[in-house]
Amino acid sequence: MVSITSKKDWTSDQEVRWCPGCGDYGILLAVQMLMPELGVAPENTVFVSGIGCSSRFPYYMNTYGMHSIHGRAPAIATGVAVARPDLDVWVITGDGDALSIGGNHLIHALRRNVNLTILLFNNQIYGLTKGQYSPTSEPGKVTKSTPMGSIDHPFNPLAVALGAEASFVARTHDLDRKHMMNVFRAAHAHRGASFVEILQNCNVFNDGAFDGVLARGAREEMMIDLQHGQPIRFGAEGHSGVVMGSDGQLRIVKVADVGVEALLVHDAHRDDPGLAFSLARLSHDNHSPTPFGIFRDVDRGDYGHMVGAQLAEASEKKGPGDLTSLLRSTGTWQVQ
Amino acid sequence: MSSREPEQISHVVVRFAGDSGDGMQLTGDRFTSASALFGNDLSTFPDFPAEIRAPAGTVNGVSSFQVHISDHDITTPGDVPDVLVAMNPAALKADLHRLDQHGLLIVNSDSFEERDLHKAGYATNPLLDDSLSQYRVVEIPMTSLTQKATEPLGVKSRDSERSKNFFALGVISWLYSRPIEPTIKWVESRFKDLVRDSNLAAFRAGYNFGETSELFDHPYQVKPAPLPAGEYTNISGNVALAWGLVAAGQLAKLPIFLGSYPITPASDILHELSKHKQFGVRTVQAEDEIAAAGMALGAAFAGHIGVTTTSGPGVSLKGETLSLAVSLELPFLLVDIQRGGPSTGLPTKTEAADLNIAMYGRHAEAPLPIVAAYSPGHCFDAAIEAVRIALKYRTPVILLSDGYLANGSEPWLLPDVASLPDISVSFATETNHTAADGTAEFWPYLRDPETLARPWAIPGTPGLMHRVGGIEKEDGTGNISYEPANHSAMVHLRAAKIAGIANDIPLATIVGDEDADLCLLGWGSTWAAIDAAVQITRRQGLKVAWIHLTHLNPMPRNLGDLLHTFKHILVPELNMGQLCRIVRAEFLVDAKPVTKVQGLPFTAAELEAAIKGVLAGE
Repeated sequence: MVSITSKKDWTSDQEVRWCPGCGDYGILLAVQMLMPELGVAPENTVFVSGIGCSSRFPYYMNTYGMHSIHGRAPAIATGVAVARPDLDVWVITGDGDALSIGGNHLIHALRRNVNLTILLFNNQIYGLTKGQYSPTSEPGKVTKSTPMGSIDHPFNPLAVALGAEASFVARTHDLDRKHMMNVFRAAHAHRGASFVEILQNCNVFNDGAFDGVLARGAREEMMIDLQHGQPIRFGAEGHSGVVMGSDGQLRIVKVADVGVEALLVHDAHRDDPGLAFSLARLSHDNHSPTPFGIFRDVDRGDYGHMVGAQLAEASEKKGPGDLTSLLRSTGTWQVQ
Repeated sequence: MSSREPEQISHVVVRFAGDSGDGMQLTGDRFTSASALFGNDLSTFPDFPAEIRAPAGTVNGVSSFQVHISDHDITTPGDVPDVLVAMNPAALKADLHRLDQHGLLIVNSDSFEERDLHKAGYATNPLLDDSLSQYRVVEIPMTSLTQKATEPLGVKSRDSERSKNFFALGVISWLYSRPIEPTIKWVESRFKDLVRDSNLAAFRAGYNFGETSELFDHPYQVKPAPLPAGEYTNISGNVALAWGLVAAGQLAKLPIFLGSYPITPASDILHELSKHKQFGVRTVQAEDEIAAAGMALGAAFAGHIGVTTTSGPGVSLKGETLSLAVSLELPFLLVDIQRGGPSTGLPTKTEAADLNIAMYGRHAEAPLPIVAAYSPGHCFDAAIEAVRIALKYRTPVILLSDGYLANGSEPWLLPDVASLPDISVSFATETNHTAADGTAEFWPYLRDPETLARPWAIPGTPGLMHRVGGIEKEDGTGNISYEPANHSAMVHLRAAKIAGIANDIPLATIVGDEDADLCLLGWGSTWAAIDAAVQITRRQGLKVAWIHLTHLNPMPRNLGDLLHTFKHILVPELNMGQLCRIVRAEFLVDAKPVTKVQGLPFTAAELEAAIKGVLAGE
């Protein structure tokens, strides 16, 4: 049954308390506008978050929700999704939450392919604790905890997800609601773990971090729009593209130099995550051409359903559980 | 040669000791099973090293299994073995000091070669000097006899080594007149082909060797114990606990969800529950202890009985999840199979030193109920009781067991399934509040006035969508609130909810002499040794009282009054006096601790001495 809902049905009565101008507002709006289109019911939807600015998200959704423990949302959401495969379970997390304190839970939820839609708000900074560098901050970043600049090598969130062989991996950004909604729609439709990195601006502690790619004037030359089955090209009139060199390295080239036939054709359904991994690593900073869209979307069994299938198989083979038989199962004797 | 008539004895304590690879746990387990089926009362104590395979032949690698079988009601695996079966010099060295001073020592004489003696650290062969003269020593060349017995089957001599434990089992089975059919059936069901035939041949050869050799005058027999009538099974604490959880799911009509990470000595609960999927039991082996707890809590939010099982180090890691569960007021069960600590400590040895972390081991004011099992069979009831409290009061509960209960076993009178309690609760299905403008609302923190429990509204329920979180909530609405007065009210409400459970648990009862000067106050697995010590001292004419707690938080509401009626209170604990300090603080009584932290349970003799010490005015 398809529920007919409107954005209002998905909006809670709680006042939204992010800083004015925060990128989170745009993401919330995109999700609230998307939900009525998905034909699902608010009561069958659960948002689970960890700790951090983005993790306040569930309070603003008129669904079931849990604002849990720093880093633990993927584990807690795994419990929800495995117990109840009938539910739509979303995880809202940030770069510190998912990739620092909760890194282990994230990779294992992806590896197991639990049916979760994971939205990672990446603003490359700790906002809630007021401005320390995060595991995705660029080297050299000066923050309250790195007065001489960060010497940490950052994580590339998509590369981490693909390293864990996540079955759905995508990137979008907080300035383009339509793109977000398209990516979220595909992520929701995917069975298993979907991982979406959202480049999100923190206008208080890391303002303009992604301007090099996302500023109005930069987008055409810096954003690579991945489309399954299409040659990977970008720039005004598609003047640039991506090729794979004989050394296996992906390179950006002028299409005029190599011809369209030489361009790499994007295949999101490739079983091997290697090419998606290379694409994820095409850009190492916020000042070079960066792919957006769906990097990988492959089918493999979702964990909650596989757990359920084993339960059904056990019941079929052994019959429904009978407590008296269980208590007698290792041999008994009678005392008169 | 005709069989000699068995001599009747009331009880015997047998200790099987050998190398970790010698199969002593299996041997002990089989002897136990045959004895259980024969109708004896019994209690077991597996005692093995943490290393999977310590260097063969060394004292560090010795694995032992002690079993006490009896024709009367017993609770302990026995203080002092009457019989020690030592498969090699290392086993002899490790366990000889435990043997009764006139006990029977059966050794595998084939393994007392120069090299074996050296590995065990013997300068001279103890079988050849007079160091064993106080014992009745029976030397049997078990390795070569097993070889001979299996040779006709085509078993290579090196492979026959693996069957020598069955030879030993055969000898002891004859010596104590055990029925051999259960063992034969078990071997046939467990092994295949040549291994099965080899084990059976060794077992029969050992049995016949006992009968035909002149090494023993006659066999012994321990008659069945006059246990209460009914159907029995032999059960270990971890299996009983797992079955208790399965039962709790049935009694609550809710699925069990176990999130667990492997840890000794709790892993067997994960293994056992994983086998019972036909009961709707979901088990997930999580990536770590934290995730295991988190998954269980997520499942609880979704309407399952969320359980996580662990031991000491895992309890530390799950503390943050417990605190969230306190704040979310959701049913949640943490099972802690205690072991020696701190840190890795003694993973395979017992201790009961996690009472403090269970009581206090969370940040801020985060009280929760604690239930403790006292015997292997009681683990079943304790699991149901812990789930009952968690469901009814929407609270995390800690269930304490320990390595001794987990691996020890006893005959267990099967409960009548129909008489087990109904522990089901209702999910919220409707709104529970009307706003000023007449709108029907759902308030997730509107409490039941009697239990103070909040409604449990699970995802999938239309109209009851709500958000919960670790941030302080306004009482009633559950909305985020930083109001000082509200926080104070919530801290007090959470505490009052847990304290109120005292009205919903049995009163403490006194075993023994109510007019005694001395009362023993126990909890957990010390039950067995206290029971034995109280019986012994009372038979000697001493007046002794005993109270055993299964609910440690809250405690029975009459406990303070009862304790105040005694002049002396002794609290035996496998820790440094944790319960003792709690009751001193709680009830202002002059309780004294009796402590033991050797990774071993109390012996009855130790507690007998403690009792006599107090009564003699020491």
